[in-house]
Amino acid sequence: MSENNHALKKVSIICAKGSIEDVYAALVMANGAVMEGIETKLFFTFFGLDAITKKQMKKLHTAVLGNPAMRMPGGLPFPSLLGIIPGVEAGVSAMMKSQMEALDIPPVDEFLEMITAGGGEIYACKLAIDMFKLKKEDLSDLVKDIITVGQFYEIAGGEDSQIIFT
Amino acid sequence: MATKTFAGKIIQVNDEGYFLNSSEWNKEIAVEVAKEEGIALTEKHFAVIDFIRDRVQKGEALTIRSVGKSGIIDIKGFYELFPGAPLKKATKIAGVAKPTSCV
Repeated sequence: MSENNHALKKVSIICAKGSIEDVYAALVMANGAVMEGIETKLFFTFFGLDAITKKQMKKLHTAVLGNPAMRMPGGLPFPSLLGIIPGVEAGVSAMMKSQMEALDIPPVDEFLEMITAGGGEIYACKLAIDMFKLKKEDLSDLVKDIITVGQFYEIAGGEDSQIIFT
Repeated sequence: MATKTFAGKIIQVNDEGYFLNSSEWNKEIAVEVAKEEGIALTEKHFAVIDFIRDRVQKGEALTIRSVGKSGIIDIKGFYELFPGAPLKKATKIAGVAKPTSCV
């Protein structure tokens, strides 16, 4: 494949939601960019902050209620009534995680380590941090900084840069 | 399909420069492929390359994570050895197919 003159040089990825699939979409995109040698910034805001909050990052769930794409193993529709039973969401989430592990997709904390090991940078949104009354100590040590939206746009700029909202 | 000459041997490669037959590879050739990628190979590089070739020959999935768990090198070290895109560069130098994994 011939290299064009406008190959991506930088991606800035925003993760605003805290379900397993939303967080992993952002992590896979970010890690994939790092693997390609693209400068990568990963910005967590609102419920996405769970992914970089020490207490929450290992407890992400996937929604079994209000999720029309949710199906039983085998493909039958997943009855909403089942989703309200305590433990069902945790069970489904555990199953999702084990299936990802089988594909060599790491847990969130290890994924963040992989991204930063390759030079990717992780940021938290100041407004959401204030809103959720979190402190820097509550966040993973791999978080480089808590920044405002203005600072985000400053670091996201440059030639052949893209912003991706997952 | 194209061919390239490394260390006096004609090698069949795809249009991105990945070897079509990993059996055509040897260490001398690896040194020349690496030079094209701007890398001077050390023993550490060869340890990683051996791991990659072994894993690919066994038909096991090759990911950055698996290299990081190889015991040879951690992920940060892997990025330092093959700067930029380590898995792509290392597989090209190792004479195996470009990895299809997303992680």
